[in-house]
Amino acid sequence: MSRKRISLRQELPLLVWLVFVWGALWQDFSPGNLLFGALIAVLVARVLYLPPVELGGRFNVLRAVPFALGFIGKVAVASFQVLYLALARGPNVISAIVAVPLRSHSDLLVTATGHVISLIPGSLVVEVDRSTSTLYIHAINVRNVQDAAKLRKEVRDTEAGLIRIMGTKEELSALTQEVAA
Amino acid sequence: MQIVLAVTAVVLSLAAAGAIVRIARGPSLLDRVLAADVLLAIFGAALCVDMAVNRHLNNLMLVVAMSLIGFVGSVTVARFVADRRENPRES
Amino acid sequence: MNPDTMIDAVSAVFMVTGALMSLGAALGLLRFPDLMSRMHAATKPQVLGLFLLLAAVGLQLRTWWVWPVLVLAWLFQLLTVPVSAHMVGRAGYRTKHLHPELLSSDELEAVVQQAAAKRGPDEDGRSA
Repeated sequence: MSRKRISLRQELPLLVWLVFVWGALWQDFSPGNLLFGALIAVLVARVLYLPPVELGGRFNVLRAVPFALGFIGKVAVASFQVLYLALARGPNVISAIVAVPLRSHSDLLVTATGHVISLIPGSLVVEVDRSTSTLYIHAINVRNVQDAAKLRKEVRDTEAGLIRIMGTKEELSALTQEVAA
Repeated sequence: MQIVLAVTAVVLSLAAAGAIVRIARGPSLLDRVLAADVLLAIFGAALCVDMAVNRHLNNLMLVVAMSLIGFVGSVTVARFVADRRENPRES
Repeated sequence: MNPDTMIDAVSAVFMVTGALMSLGAALGLLRFPDLMSRMHAATKPQVLGLFLLLAAVGLQLRTWWVWPVLVLAWLFQLLTVPVSAHMVGRAGYRTKHLHPELLSSDELEAVVQQAAAKRGPDEDGRSA
């Protein structure tokens, strides 16, 4: 184990999450149970050591809540769209594979963007090019170039939202410059 | 609540039948894995409906475990799948 | 209308809608023409379906301490569904389950061919 230890402060979100999982699974949030959970969380984080996730160092809750609500809304709308497509178009549906270059090069943000895009019905990440951080997205009902451009814009908007929530300061300033320009 | 239970039971049974038809018809391994995944999700939905209608929590850990490790099967198959169809364009 | 029947009505609507999402997945499986478009219908509407059904469970039990577990179950599903979808989709692309006539454009094909040309013809696209 020659990897450098990460500080307790960086590890804190992980520990809080583990304690939350412990409490939720026991369905018991009494102080004693949470303390025992915290003990086990520290033990697990020390013994079963994984490569640390490089967080951007900031997390904007005020941006995260509207993003989460908008995400659930998008999932709901898109679910009904796919249902409609299955009923109305059925076998004649036309799809496309679209390459979307992302702004960020951090693994965390590329993964998060891919996850959000995959969760919204109608689009699916087929392949990721990590060196250029390009997502190749298979999307349903993309019939022409305009639809592909719309999809590309949507993916990049999603990424912008995620950068505003948890991107690094450099990514954020680059984004604000891009929006201002 | 009994009416809701009847409606959801019919809807979920139809959905499970559809998924089973796709498992039987194929035509490729990945199609079958995908349909099996859907069948698992339908079972999860049925467990949730049971809990909501009868107001108990006996299946809750089952649902949690299902949503946590349900993806392992399809990932494993997808990792080792090979194209063995005679005519790849028939599906 | 007292709040109890209100909650019952809301959770009934949630349950029926959630079950319809499962039916939508099955319909998509049966009606869409190829693996990739079936994938869109298959697992993703279930995310909304499970969300609605778990919300119905939470509303019906009327106790606060079940909500964290329900949120946890949904979060686990959010984390795992894209993984399996991506793996199956990638395997489907690499084993040529796609129908080119059903695609309006394929921007990955050129990249794959370039990479294959660079690596030499003895390997096909099934590296790690």
